[in-house]
Amino acid sequence: MNRLSKYRRHPLAAVLVVVMGLLLVGSLYSLASSASPAQATNARSQAVEEGRQMFLKGCSSCHGLNAEGTDTGPSLIGVGAAAVDFQVGTGRMPMADASVQAMARTPQFTPEQTVAIAEFVASLAPGPGIPSQEALNYERDGNLAQGGELFRTNCAMCHNFAGQGGALTQGKYAASLMGVDPQKIYEALITGPQSMPVFGDRVITPEEKLSIIKWLKAAESEKAQGGISLGKVGPVTEGLLIWTLGLGLLVGAAVWLGAKSK
Amino acid sequence: MSDHSDHTDHTDHKGELEPLGDPGLPAHVHRRADHDPVAEKRAERQVSGLFILGTLSAIGFIASYVGIKSDQYIFLPLLGTTNAQQLALGMSLALALLFVGFGAVHWAKVLMSGEEHVNLRHEMRSAEDDRKELVEKFSKGAEDSGLGRRSLIKRTLGAALALVTISPLIILRDLGPLPKKELEKTNWRTGSRLITDPGGIPLKASDLEVGGVAHVLPELPDGQNETLNDLVRDPVLVIRLRPEDLHLNAQQTNWTHDGIIAFSKICTHMGCAVGLYEQQTHHLLCPCHQSTFDVTTGASVIFGPAARPLPQLAITVDSEGYLVAQHGFTEAVGPSFWERSS
Amino acid sequence: MSKSANAGNAAFNFLDDRVGIAKGLKNNLRKVFPEHWSFMLGEVALYSFIILLLSGTFLSLFFVPSQEEIVYQGGYAPLSGLKMSEAYASTINMSFDVRGGLLMRQIHHWAALIFLVAMIVHLMRIFFTGAYRKPREFNWLLGIGLLTLGIIEGFAGYSLPDDLLSGTGLRIAEAIVQAIPLIGTYAAFFLFGGAFPGNIFISRLYTIHVLLIPGIILALITVHLMLVWIQKHTQFPGPGRTEKNVVGFPLMPIYMAKAGGFFFIVFGITAFISAMFSINPIWLYGPYNPSQISAGSQPDFYMGWLDGLVRMTPNLETHAFGHTVSWNILIPALIAPGIFFTGLALFPFIESWVNGDKNEHHLLERPRNAPTRTALGLGGLTFMIVALINGGNDVIATHFGLSINGIMWFSRIAIFVLPVVAFIITKRVCLGLQHKDRDTVLHGRETGRLVMLPHGEYIEVHEQISDEAKWTLTQHKQYQAIEGGSNIDSNGVQRGVSLKERTRRALSRWMYGEQVAKPTPSDLHELEGGHH
Repeated sequence: MNRLSKYRRHPLAAVLVVVMGLLLVGSLYSLASSASPAQATNARSQAVEEGRQMFLKGCSSCHGLNAEGTDTGPSLIGVGAAAVDFQVGTGRMPMADASVQAMARTPQFTPEQTVAIAEFVASLAPGPGIPSQEALNYERDGNLAQGGELFRTNCAMCHNFAGQGGALTQGKYAASLMGVDPQKIYEALITGPQSMPVFGDRVITPEEKLSIIKWLKAAESEKAQGGISLGKVGPVTEGLLIWTLGLGLLVGAAVWLGAKSK
Repeated sequence: MSDHSDHTDHTDHKGELEPLGDPGLPAHVHRRADHDPVAEKRAERQVSGLFILGTLSAIGFIASYVGIKSDQYIFLPLLGTTNAQQLALGMSLALALLFVGFGAVHWAKVLMSGEEHVNLRHEMRSAEDDRKELVEKFSKGAEDSGLGRRSLIKRTLGAALALVTISPLIILRDLGPLPKKELEKTNWRTGSRLITDPGGIPLKASDLEVGGVAHVLPELPDGQNETLNDLVRDPVLVIRLRPEDLHLNAQQTNWTHDGIIAFSKICTHMGCAVGLYEQQTHHLLCPCHQSTFDVTTGASVIFGPAARPLPQLAITVDSEGYLVAQHGFTEAVGPSFWERSS
Repeated sequence: MSKSANAGNAAFNFLDDRVGIAKGLKNNLRKVFPEHWSFMLGEVALYSFIILLLSGTFLSLFFVPSQEEIVYQGGYAPLSGLKMSEAYASTINMSFDVRGGLLMRQIHHWAALIFLVAMIVHLMRIFFTGAYRKPREFNWLLGIGLLTLGIIEGFAGYSLPDDLLSGTGLRIAEAIVQAIPLIGTYAAFFLFGGAFPGNIFISRLYTIHVLLIPGIILALITVHLMLVWIQKHTQFPGPGRTEKNVVGFPLMPIYMAKAGGFFFIVFGITAFISAMFSINPIWLYGPYNPSQISAGSQPDFYMGWLDGLVRMTPNLETHAFGHTVSWNILIPALIAPGIFFTGLALFPFIESWVNGDKNEHHLLERPRNAPTRTALGLGGLTFMIVALINGGNDVIATHFGLSINGIMWFSRIAIFVLPVVAFIITKRVCLGLQHKDRDTVLHGRETGRLVMLPHGEYIEVHEQISDEAKWTLTQHKQYQAIEGGSNIDSNGVQRGVSLKERTRRALSRWMYGEQVAKPTPSDLHELEGGHH
């Protein structure tokens, strides 16, 4: 201590004391608040920054530099990570061309990149988050028959009774739901992409949403009972078959019957 | 045909141009089996072979019924995976029938006589004598009945037959009740809470997000459930938009709550459920005949065969924040009918 | 005599002793029927009806025609625990728990479609060959009646399972009845026993579908066939075939074998399609619920044209004196079909009024030789096809990436324009074919061999066709348009022509004014002087 006190009137002594004081207060403060948020915030802010970079490259031309929207793309403030994960994860966004509706195609970003963009958009304002795998355990939490009833009341008018998809106005369409990831289905329900309305958690509860997914998955894997299914779109294809194959076979048999034999 | 060496008009007595002559039936062409015993035997074997295949297929039908379990599935190229028993039963039945049919037709084509036969047609009308005799007999009978002379009998018979056949029809009256005001009734009353269909949960205004849609029914007293007969007129669609997106008149706005608007879900064209809401265009589309309604102007018709907008349900919130009806519908919901005045 | 022949004799004698059928049977056992594949179409319809009766009887042993609501406890998990009508539940059980049940359901439904396809194509054959002319007008009317009944019967049949798709169809049918002025709501309430859906309609539909309509159809088919028997079948023109004969093969054994065999073939094809292709999978549709609807809801094709007409009709509705008339429903669902079917039914009578033909006709006309009739037929067909396509506009839009609005507008215009275009093109084609026939008779057929003549000209060698072929191409009757003529009566007074007669003459000019004259023997002889 005596050796140190020799320097107490040193010009930098005051600076040293201030720096030490700051460090002390800062450490005490960070100890007081839990350590992990600091680490998570660091990790998250890294993802957000990555996401922002990719957003600027792939999305900002239509959605604005801060996702505030432009003439060609709506604002994404408040849409939540779930909306981004759905749109980018199914390849609908970035939109291939300026048509009436974004089409599902091969995703342009990897899953990690997608999550990063989602984090960025989520950081702008609160919105629906990406559902966890635990929250998507439809086998355990869903009711198959109830899911069918819910689907027929809320979904079939756009997506058809077997989830094969259907027509909307002016060339828009409701996509086929066959082979769609359960997470994406859930995200679509809570974010209402494009023409689809939003189905809030009180309108269709989370359990009911899982029931719908369970029913869709069962419908997807259901084995045919009566033969080739003709598309599960109803009487249109059945009529087509009978006028082509049916009539063809019958007329063929009639022609053979009447033809002179050698 | 006679020899014509000039260009005179050759009309027959009916004034028509004389046709070219009918050369008569062409000569019969024999088939191989008609004269070649080897070909004949082969044809016979073919026919019997087909019948045998038919028999075997029929046995296959029984085998499929007994031998294949009804929950077995089979994968075939082109067909995919399908129920094995149904496929086996169907194919064996088809083959059994087809083989027998082919056998019978082949037999007729190849072995049975191929000579063309000729039947003569007689004119459809009967001989003049028969017609005369009929007229005579009929007249005699008619005269005997005296119906021609006895007009009183004729008229009273006519009246009797008409009434006797028509009056029993009155018992069809009880096929159904009179419509009266039935088509104008729904279960929506002042204060009916909106509950989700099929979940049955009452909805708060805060439960619905902008861009959200809910299919609702009126909450019935004493926990009753909606019957199918109720579901023909009660279903309602609740939609939430931003208030500035709605372009309604004063009364229509009065019937909304903070951008939440409710319409009857029963199409005013032919009664299908109109649940298809396009969130971005704010249009409702009925999938049956593509009638399109614009929510922002009170579900007015903008395309398709529907003639009237969807009736709006007046809604508000109660003290706890639940969405309730202000009162029932002020017009009949669903398709039009004669007694409807607007 | 062999033992079986002896037994046969004994059996026959037993019958004849009591009923005296030998005379009738002897005349008819070897009755001649003409041969052509298009004559089998009516048979396809007949056999389909028999298949419907057989498969339908099986189904009726398992179906419960009741709208009573029960909770489903059967083996199909996606419906387990749901409330549904007994009708729907029994159809599900029939499809999953009765072995062969689904096969029978599919045979029944596919056979119904084949029944209607066959009747329609048969009708087209009768129309285009003029087989409806005297003495067969009554059979034509019976046929139209059978077609109408078939359409209603099919609709009733697929509505019985009370599933979401067919229930929606019933809802629409009820709206049509309800829209009828004055009596609509009463008729609808009487039909359904109250407001839709009520709880008795499925049972009533069952009686109509299983008893009433099949009974009437059976009776009409019997008269239809009796008439064909008595009047003898028409035949295509050809060498040796006249208005006064039938050339073909005898009933026993040829047509017993062919027609009998064809029944098995039709049944076999139906069974094949039913084994391979799924139809009406009602477990996927779900039970009927008026607050539910599926995208792409259509009726079966024979009602699909009505659906298409309803979709394309603009939203015309009038409100006057406190009452509503829904023209947007009445026109496409009742008025237009009514006009179409009435026109179709009256056609033989209108045609014979126009051409004044009172003769019997047993030889068929080749379509090209009746150009206006053929063109009319194709115009009507085009009308039906445009309507049918519009009935599936949402399914078409989904699968081909089109807009339903675009298809709708196309149909609204096409329904008027395309039939006229089809008429014009068809008439031109028929007249062109008549030209070709005339050329072929006069100049022979083109052999494709080119020959260079000494002076350098190239000609294609034509080969004279056979006398049989010449006859077939020229034997037809060519009607002439009615001449105007003077109308001076016996007192020398110019008489006016009634509107009816003027109309008749105008129609006659339209129907028969434009034709290519048949070559005459003199035409041929003229040519024979030439170098071909």
